[in-house]
Amino acid sequence: MGTDRHSSVAPAAATARQLGLMACHRCHQLCRRADGPAICPRCGAALHSRKPNSIARCWALVIAATVFYIPANVLPITHTTSLGAVQSDTIMSGVIYFIHSGSWPIALVIFIASVFVPILKILILIGLLISVQRRWQWRPVDRTRLYRITEAVGRWSMLDIFVVTILVALVHLGALANIAAGPGALFFAAVVVVTMFAAEAFDPRLIWDGMEEIDDGTH
Amino acid sequence: MHYIACHECDLVHRLEEIPSGGAARCARCGASLYRPKRDSFNRTLALAVAGVILYLIANTHPFLGFKIGSQIRETTLATGIYQLYLQGMVPIATLVLFTVVLVPAIHLVSMLYILVPLNRQRVPRHLARVYRLVLFLKPWGMVEIFMLGILVSVVKLVKMATIIPGVALFAFLGLIFTLAAMAVTLDDHLLWEQIDTHQ
Repeated sequence: MGTDRHSSVAPAAATARQLGLMACHRCHQLCRRADGPAICPRCGAALHSRKPNSIARCWALVIAATVFYIPANVLPITHTTSLGAVQSDTIMSGVIYFIHSGSWPIALVIFIASVFVPILKILILIGLLISVQRRWQWRPVDRTRLYRITEAVGRWSMLDIFVVTILVALVHLGALANIAAGPGALFFAAVVVVTMFAAEAFDPRLIWDGMEEIDDGTH
Repeated sequence: MHYIACHECDLVHRLEEIPSGGAARCARCGASLYRPKRDSFNRTLALAVAGVILYLIANTHPFLGFKIGSQIRETTLATGIYQLYLQGMVPIATLVLFTVVLVPAIHLVSMLYILVPLNRQRVPRHLARVYRLVLFLKPWGMVEIFMLGILVSVVKLVKMATIIPGVALFAFLGLIFTLAAMAVTLDDHLLWEQIDTHQ
């Protein structure tokens, strides 16, 4: 395989682990596998054949994110005071406001970044965790790709936190108009940070380990 | 010629000479293995210097002005973070400070520290430690997301008041492109190899 202009890569048809090696997470150096803790001789990073306790850590963080996701969406993220009247907005009411005011592209951006991406990320990680634990053989390439996408897009959920920061800083005009951050923002920030750690905790090589053990049996 | 393991599926590959502009991908899962870069250290250093200048402007000048009646309010990044802090939103203030101010600063300074000596064929002390810090912090630098946040805020406020774009807005925009370009021009395999060759 290796597609366009990639002819110079020759797969050795074995994983580092099968060859008694492990790759450094930071500098890609291949090192001999050792029992007990090891350190990369080149860059000094801690070496592991697979991320330690990947599945348990990822589950714990995914569950925490799911718990935080509820108050993040139910509690207000901003309180707007305008001439004495206070209006509280949740993430969804912000999206609806943009739809009503006619700026639906912005509504779509906020909806995707703040509602869709976090829930999708949680669901994908749950799916990947179950697939790894049950040693599913289903489409490993697509599952790896799904992981790669999840890891890459998660940070964009920080968008709403930044919007709140900017609004709070700008709209600070005493009795005339004032915007303050609400408790929902706190939970929402927690969801983003915790899901980023969860994606980091998952080890995509586990997807392929499940495939290899079946291969060994049939050959 | 050397061997490399895919960081996503662990399959070992033998890497040979890759033609310029070419890239190596994992034969099994398709993850990118290695893409050699031309004139890597030189170009990345130039971008890092530009990045430092843009960063300083972006963080010291107002990025938006907000005019309602006779009141004008100008905002720098620091005032936004300070307002959150005053409202008791310390975790969020810390998160914004970290992702938009501290991480990009550490990133730029570290790259200067690494690349100025490398560009003169010298290896800086603690190269591995400094570059590992850069890699560790990478996902937490969020300048580009902050920029999108500015855009959304402007749309939200444009009916309430007159919005005046500030100098820092353009500096932020430039910084995003500079940081993205640095990620493209830096050849991190070549960087790690410096440790091998100079030992």
